[in-house]
Amino acid sequence: MGLEAKLNGDGFFVTKLEAIINWARKNSVYPMPMGISCCAIEMMAAADPRYDIARFGSEVMRFTPRQCDLMIVAGTVTYKMSHVVRKIYDQMPDPKWVIAMGACTSTGGMYRSYSVVQGIDQFLPVDVYVAGCPPRPDNLLNALIHIQNKIGNTRAKDFQNAKRIDLNVIQNN
Amino acid sequence: MELKEIITKKLNEHFPDAGFEFSEYVGEFNIKLDKKFIHPVCKLLKEDSELEFLLCEDITAVDWAKRKNRFTVVYHLFTLKHNFRLVLKCDVDESDCNIDTVSSVWKTSNWQERECYDMYGIKFNNHPDMRRIYMPEDFEYYPLRKEFPLMGIPGSLSLPKK
Amino acid sequence: MDRFTKDETQPKIIQKLLEDSDITIDDALEHEMVLNMGPQHPATHGVLRLLLKLDGETVIGCVPEVGYLHRGYEKMAENMSYHEFIPHTDRLDYISPTANNVAWVMAVEKLAGVEVPLRAQYIRMIIAELARIASHLVAIGSFAMDVGALTVFLWTFREREKIMDIWDIVCGARFTNSYTRIGGVANDIQPEAFVLIKKFLEGIDDNLTECEKLLNTNRIFIERLDGVGAISKEEALSYGYTGPNLRATGVEFDLRKATPYLQYDKVDFNIPVFTEGDCLARYFVRTDEIRESAKIVRQCLQLMPLGEIKANLPKRVLPQKEEVYSKMEELILDFMLINFGINPPVGDVYHAIEGSKGELGFYLVSDGKGNPWKCKIRSPSFIHIQSLPHLVKGRMISDVVAIIGSIDPIMGEADK
Repeated sequence: MGLEAKLNGDGFFVTKLEAIINWARKNSVYPMPMGISCCAIEMMAAADPRYDIARFGSEVMRFTPRQCDLMIVAGTVTYKMSHVVRKIYDQMPDPKWVIAMGACTSTGGMYRSYSVVQGIDQFLPVDVYVAGCPPRPDNLLNALIHIQNKIGNTRAKDFQNAKRIDLNVIQNN
Repeated sequence: MELKEIITKKLNEHFPDAGFEFSEYVGEFNIKLDKKFIHPVCKLLKEDSELEFLLCEDITAVDWAKRKNRFTVVYHLFTLKHNFRLVLKCDVDESDCNIDTVSSVWKTSNWQERECYDMYGIKFNNHPDMRRIYMPEDFEYYPLRKEFPLMGIPGSLSLPKK
Repeated sequence: MDRFTKDETQPKIIQKLLEDSDITIDDALEHEMVLNMGPQHPATHGVLRLLLKLDGETVIGCVPEVGYLHRGYEKMAENMSYHEFIPHTDRLDYISPTANNVAWVMAVEKLAGVEVPLRAQYIRMIIAELARIASHLVAIGSFAMDVGALTVFLWTFREREKIMDIWDIVCGARFTNSYTRIGGVANDIQPEAFVLIKKFLEGIDDNLTECEKLLNTNRIFIERLDGVGAISKEEALSYGYTGPNLRATGVEFDLRKATPYLQYDKVDFNIPVFTEGDCLARYFVRTDEIRESAKIVRQCLQLMPLGEIKANLPKRVLPQKEEVYSKMEELILDFMLINFGINPPVGDVYHAIEGSKGELGFYLVSDGKGNPWKCKIRSPSFIHIQSLPHLVKGRMISDVVAIIGSIDPIMGEADK
């Protein structure tokens, strides 16, 4: 084996804790496939053997938000759906990232109508916007690489001042 | 006898005062009738052994904006026996914005009538479940009416907090 | 909405629970439970939401809730010209986009009285049938995935990618094609695309058989679907079923045969019919339909004549792009059509084609202007979802997943 052969006996190497955490984190991004409409099909195509999102360590699509750290919002978000999307985003553990996949998710796109939210950044913090209607699977993979770069550049101090949600507050409804 | 003639004869026989107006446009047979008769007419069309309009393809409404009878409810029926499509039309006025349901004749009309109510605000009498279907329950407007703006009314639909 | 502070949380919750008359300690275990399934659920094919009333694991009631993807298509159609709406039809049933294109332009052509050249009609048939194959491949793959057979999904998607390649060359887009135009199609099918289509047709039967081998002899797959979600012929018609779901109940009804449009009366194909009306029958109908569609495409390639791909009607049909850039007359016509629309005569028409899910119809009302006065989309998925309470009643929760997969709803179309 390559690495072990080089390290004779008690091998060790020195790196920063941040670097090793980021390295591990960015190569095992678990996406939460928030498939809403047409883009969801291209997202599925990105997981198929031809485009193979597994090459980037993100084939583990988890449908429960509690196991995910990347939310791919794929499809038109309507006002009725926006509450659901936000609720799912809130349930994801920190740190978390969001890809707005497709024109209508990013800006409303071709849907200038009464029921479509004109861009999900009105209620979600978005990290990467993907152009296209729908984007080709390669474009989604490109967005994933951007997210990986972004994760690779995070520092521990980025999380220290993050807003925390008080989990003990229970809503009465 | 051609099917159109059979339909015309049967309807006139059973409902002499329903005010039928028969017309044809690009191969489609249209029948206009008084809205009070929609339920018995549909029942006859479905159950008559010669006609058998078993498939109710579509129920929708048209908003004419400025006309006296503002809405027209349109039914598209299909008979598998003769492969023939029939269009029924009923005028509904805005001041008396309701029409009888046909959901006891075809189960499919349940949701189609709900959609019609959601989009135009036409109430269907005796409907088992007259709720909005697409828009949230607390939405106050009827989107497909002509006075409703395309981009909606600001503040009528809520967004979650950022 | 009042919130509890941290200190008083525990006692208040218990107090609330005790106050709730619906929950009593004695019959807590026997009580019926309401389960919310969706709108974010892997098996609901998009954003369908089901509220299930359960007794143990048995479903005793179900209320479907739609509208999470309601994008206001019908309102948008009233505010744009007939040409402008073609790209929007792609996004209705987004796994068979070209079939929707065909349905829309045929409705507009009926309204405006446009005759389409023969070659364009055959091209439309080819792309509509390819769309049906693509749609059924996705339907079978995701249906198998829902009941636990993951490999089939990968294999059917591999086949589907070949159709995507064909569309990529023919239309320039992978799957939101907007390929048809009023009076014809955007461009002729290129020779390279013909090669790809022929290659695809050679392989499809064997590859489908390969997928079927995984499923048809799979005891888990068969036993999970046999007899599940059965619906009778009469009920299915009353619920307005069309397409493969209706044919699985034993009604031989297909708009391609019943009211032939395009050139479907010139080609020879069968309508697969099964009588059981359960999930398994719906799956068999879909696999058989893929074979029949491939048969139709093969015949179309044989029968297709050479000739024009757009009708010669300058007031209705957009001129070819090359001519717009080089000729004055065509430039003016293009400008007029884009700005003022095609202005069909006053009237209303309904035209339906056999889409991949069932009868896809457009009801158009024209007031003589460039925009439709009213556009109604008759979408099969909307109608099929309505019957879910009937299908799932008395079944287990795991059957609900199989039933949704078997009726194959697409929410883009159901919610419009």
